[in-house]
Amino acid sequence: MENIINRHRNLTILAAVLFAQILGLAVQVKRGTDQGTSRLIRIWAVSAITPIEKGVGYTSRWFADTWNNYLYLRGVRSQNRELREEIEHMRLEQVRMSEDAGQARRLQSLLGFREEFISQTMPAQVISTTGSEFSRGVFIDKGSRDGIKADMPVITPDGIVGKVFRVYPTSSLVLEINDSSSGAGVILEKSRLQGILKGSPTGQTFVANIMADEKIEPGERILTSGGDRVYPKGMAVGTVSRVNPAGTFLNVEVKPSAQLNRLEEVLVITRIVEKAPEVNDQSAPVRAIDILAQRLPSVPPPKPAPQNKAPATAQPKPAGTTSKPNAEAAPPAAVPPETAGQSSTEAKRAPTAEKNAASAKAVGEAAKPETTVKDTPR
Amino acid sequence: MPAQSASREQIEVYRFPVAVAVGVPLAALLLQRFLPLHFPTTAIFDLPLLVTIYFGVARRNQISGLLTGGVIGLVQDSLTHQPLGLYGIAKTVVGYAASSLGVKLDVDNPGSRLLMLFGFYLLHQIIYLAVARGLAGEMLSWRWGHQAIAALANALLGLVLYTALDRLRHRT
Repeated sequence: MENIINRHRNLTILAAVLFAQILGLAVQVKRGTDQGTSRLIRIWAVSAITPIEKGVGYTSRWFADTWNNYLYLRGVRSQNRELREEIEHMRLEQVRMSEDAGQARRLQSLLGFREEFISQTMPAQVISTTGSEFSRGVFIDKGSRDGIKADMPVITPDGIVGKVFRVYPTSSLVLEINDSSSGAGVILEKSRLQGILKGSPTGQTFVANIMADEKIEPGERILTSGGDRVYPKGMAVGTVSRVNPAGTFLNVEVKPSAQLNRLEEVLVITRIVEKAPEVNDQSAPVRAIDILAQRLPSVPPPKPAPQNKAPATAQPKPAGTTSKPNAEAAPPAAVPPETAGQSSTEAKRAPTAEKNAASAKAVGEAAKPETTVKDTPR
Repeated sequence: MPAQSASREQIEVYRFPVAVAVGVPLAALLLQRFLPLHFPTTAIFDLPLLVTIYFGVARRNQISGLLTGGVIGLVQDSLTHQPLGLYGIAKTVVGYAASSLGVKLDVDNPGSRLLMLFGFYLLHQIIYLAVARGLAGEMLSWRWGHQAIAALANALLGLVLYTALDRLRHRT
């Protein structure tokens, strides 16, 4: 026996090395999580490799920024003009949408609806890929020392990227949505069909678990459903690129919104809060006494009333104000540019005196018959 | 050009300075992770595999070949989300096979290098997929067209890379 081993020493060592690796692999697969030696090996390898990658990444970005920001400025002026025009359009759109959103929030609060809000994000630089065509993931330059934890969602302004899979002290591995082992709960925007977004071994993304008798059109947007408890609800995922029947289910191919093969900067969502939507102050319940004090024609005003009435109309929130009549009185174009960049609440807290007067007057006129009817039984 | 059969006396064994023996695999691992970030098509290359084959063939020592392949493969595994051992096992076998081939054949000419790289790339992928499917339960599929193109691309890159690496080796 000893002779045979000596004669085939190299083969014996090969067999021993392979056996050790297969045994280690079997243990890892059975455990399902990284523990002990395998975790240590990963930490050593990542700790040795990522500092070099970070250094290379920062240096190359420095050169790129110097070139883009100081040297290569061709077309910046015309681009600036185009962007300003786009901002103007978006301001008008924002006013319209904030009204719709306000109305939706009021309805949600009436229904006791609880929503998920992204309350904290952390920007991170992508420093490398996994270097394997069988593992679709990227490494980011933030780790456990920065407060990153496993399963945190990672996004770009275009859409979701994936989730944090492994966390190391100064870096993290993000598993992209097109990896074959990833999954995300999604909903189709128009048809409201729910499914699971999965990745294929070739790096494509598709929605699984949609019955073949459903009708889905290419181009339909796909959003996160929030059902997986990882990604917040309503985030852009991608668009349907192709629909093929595959037995009982449909094979819905998806083009991701985020450019997964050209990631540079991402946002890690570090905190999500679940709360009831905040209703705008202007839509707060109206106190009957305020309405009575101001608008009830049958009540004779006290002596100082004529003096008080004039400033009362100039107040931004007189009794009986609601956001709806306010919006009717003040068209979108009337929103001052300095407030348009703020949130809708802030914008409404800093109106001009003219707008206040006009809106208050309009509110007064619009609310008069209603308040009269409501206050009569009291 | 076909690979020429050679006797043990005729075959030259090469050694490398420590900086090259450590630096080249490290550089290959770094480039493998960094290049696809800016040039996504470069993901088709497997630089650590090319380095494993090169060291295996040049050193012509089976134990050294399998250990080089094993270590490079395990480091590559540890930088992915998959279990350790998938690349490790595949590169251990390829490292051993490359050094075994180096003992028997002269694979210093471009033609034999091209054939050798093409064959070893396919062997590596077959072992990887077999282990990933059989032991790790990964849902991976074999695509002949893709694998053939990838093997050819790696073989061509290997020719260029090996010409550069030949300048770093010393005869023993």
